[in-house]
Amino acid sequence: MNRLQSAFSRGPALVTFVTGGDGPTAEILDALVAGGADVIELGMPFTDPMADGPAIQQANLRSLGAGTTTAEIFRIASAFRARHPDVPLVLMGYANPMITRGPEWFAAECVKAGVDGVICVDIPPEEDPELGPALRGAGVALIRLATPTTDAARLPAVLDGSSGFLYYVSVAGITGLQQAAQASIEEAVARLKASATIPVAVGFGVRTPEQAAEIAKVADGVVVGSALVELVAQHGENAPALVGELTRALADAVHGARSA
Amino acid sequence: MTTAPTQNSFRNQPDERGHFGQFGGRYVAETLMPLVLELEAEYTRAKADPAFQAEFDDLLEHYVGRPSPLYFAPRLTEELGGAQVWFKRDELNHTGAHKINNCIGQILLAIRMGKTRIIAETGAGQHGVATATVCARFGLPCVVFMGATDVARQAPNVFRMKLLGAEVRAVTAGAATLKDAMNEALRDWVANVHDTFYIIGTAAGPHPYPELVRDFQSVIGKEARAQMLSRVGRLPDLLVAAIGGGSNAIGLFHPFLDDPDVKMLGVEAAGHGLDKEHAASLAGGRPGVLHGNKTYLLQDADGQITEGHSISAGLDYPGIGPEHAWLRDVGRVDYTSVTDTEALDGFQLLCRTEGIIPALEPAHAIAAVKKIAPTMDKDQIILVNLCGRGDKDIFAVAEHLGVEL
Ligand SMILES: Cc1ncc(COP(=O)(O)O)c(C=O)c1O
Repeated sequence: MNRLQSAFSRGPALVTFVTGGDGPTAEILDALVAGGADVIELGMPFTDPMADGPAIQQANLRSLGAGTTTAEIFRIASAFRARHPDVPLVLMGYANPMITRGPEWFAAECVKAGVDGVICVDIPPEEDPELGPALRGAGVALIRLATPTTDAARLPAVLDGSSGFLYYVSVAGITGLQQAAQASIEEAVARLKASATIPVAVGFGVRTPEQAAEIAKVADGVVVGSALVELVAQHGENAPALVGELTRALADAVHGARSA
Repeated sequence: MTTAPTQNSFRNQPDERGHFGQFGGRYVAETLMPLVLELEAEYTRAKADPAFQAEFDDLLEHYVGRPSPLYFAPRLTEELGGAQVWFKRDELNHTGAHKINNCIGQILLAIRMGKTRIIAETGAGQHGVATATVCARFGLPCVVFMGATDVARQAPNVFRMKLLGAEVRAVTAGAATLKDAMNEALRDWVANVHDTFYIIGTAAGPHPYPELVRDFQSVIGKEARAQMLSRVGRLPDLLVAAIGGGSNAIGLFHPFLDDPDVKMLGVEAAGHGLDKEHAASLAGGRPGVLHGNKTYLLQDADGQITEGHSISAGLDYPGIGPEHAWLRDVGRVDYTSVTDTEALDGFQLLCRTEGIIPALEPAHAIAAVKKIAPTMDKDQIILVNLCGRGDKDIFAVAEHLGVEL
């Protein structure tokens, strides 16, 4: 079993997102792990985060404003891997920074840094040759997104060539806004799990332990991002402790969801 | 000129996946993908539907005022002392630019698809005004995203959009110009896919936008080609057009692409100079992915997009439509760039010699013609796309010339 598989084998997983280079990233990542996060998503900042709401947009711009480069993101990832040999780490971002030196270069850097998977917002299955073959060739999981607009006809294409887990974006919209109704999440997760052989994690708009627990009753994973990123925005250098606290509450809710 | 060996036409792009060679494509979030596919299917049906074409043609004739005149510019020609300069007068269109051609086509598609709300991005405000206009004409609500910087420098167009009933949302992210307006429009679209149609203003974005915008704008080149043949009995030697995203240029060029004796020149904005801040993505960029397509982009080594600069709010976009990226790489079209200062000179030159106040965008094309016409023979013909009028720009020009209004 690889790191992503074992993270999802222990019951519902908490997946946490923060933007790399925004605030004291190494300490924040350590706080996520200490708080009980099962999978870490590290956001690669981009000048034009088209799928993100205000919280993550500003995190991207703060990070770039502080001078974060792609090399720095891979340094953060390598150092994380050295400190946490067993915790899966996934890079999330937009196509251009990932392909700009060629997809093979990017895939090789992921391998060197111990990155387990990649989520690319703006490369749908139709443009898979841009990044997919390089990642699969290097043994890095390509984690694709499914959304409320992904119908039964499209789902096989989305699943084909993807691995690690399927990220279900529960609202048609940008990150950080409202959460979808629980009933619609349950319906969608049931539908996706009927076709998917990989775990299904649900994200977008999940902020509180209560919401996370509800989703964890049906999904294999719950993704929380904007709520953590907002703590970094508000507390900067002092964010790690607060990030750790929220993560602990979320992790307890997710891990205990099915025994409650 | 170099051409790809297996190429027998330059007019059969894109391929079925929306690619122009290595450019174009559909690099969008999964949420948008089904909608982009639906748009492609609907556009394919519309193209085959004579009723769609008839309604488009009728609106262009009676609402927009087409065909636009083809005009020989005698005093400009004499002043430059070389090739004859002719203008395709798309600045005489309703709303003052070529943008309306595309908006008519797209709103007819939106209505076919049953969409009830329209969004658009705008830089100079010309596309915003054209979109607000067709929305008023068809009674659909309209939201226009515009960078806050552009809201300030294009105040007359902001007021026009409001008069036409559109809501103008000022976007403050980034440098608050066209690129940021497009990001915000895409965010709105992702959240409102069920009822919203996004009218993109240039020949860029995910497939099928570059193709359908080109097709709607090709009325410019089709008319010009027929007008040239009937007026002078031959085709022009050189076509010249300014390039922001590339819609007026591809609209003029496309119908001539398979005429081997017609040369073409696209003019990018060199801003303060190519070694300083500019918006010339072919001259100063390299291929990358932004806003749904792969094309030449202004970017740093990490693929972070850099801000474009031009005196013209309609040209300061850090990318270019994918078909131009391809036409440049296969060598069919040449591209050059002119600075803010040269464009201001071109602007004044046309005012003085022909009594026509051009928009700052085609003023870039005029500046390029000022350099080239004198190097050509007097019996040669240059055809320039005069794609917009300058009313919107007089305040900005006054400021640059140090005149207080
Ligand atoms: C008059 C005019 N010309 C040209 C442009 C640039 O766009 P494109 O390159 O798509 O023609 C604009 C954009 O606002 C414009 O208003």
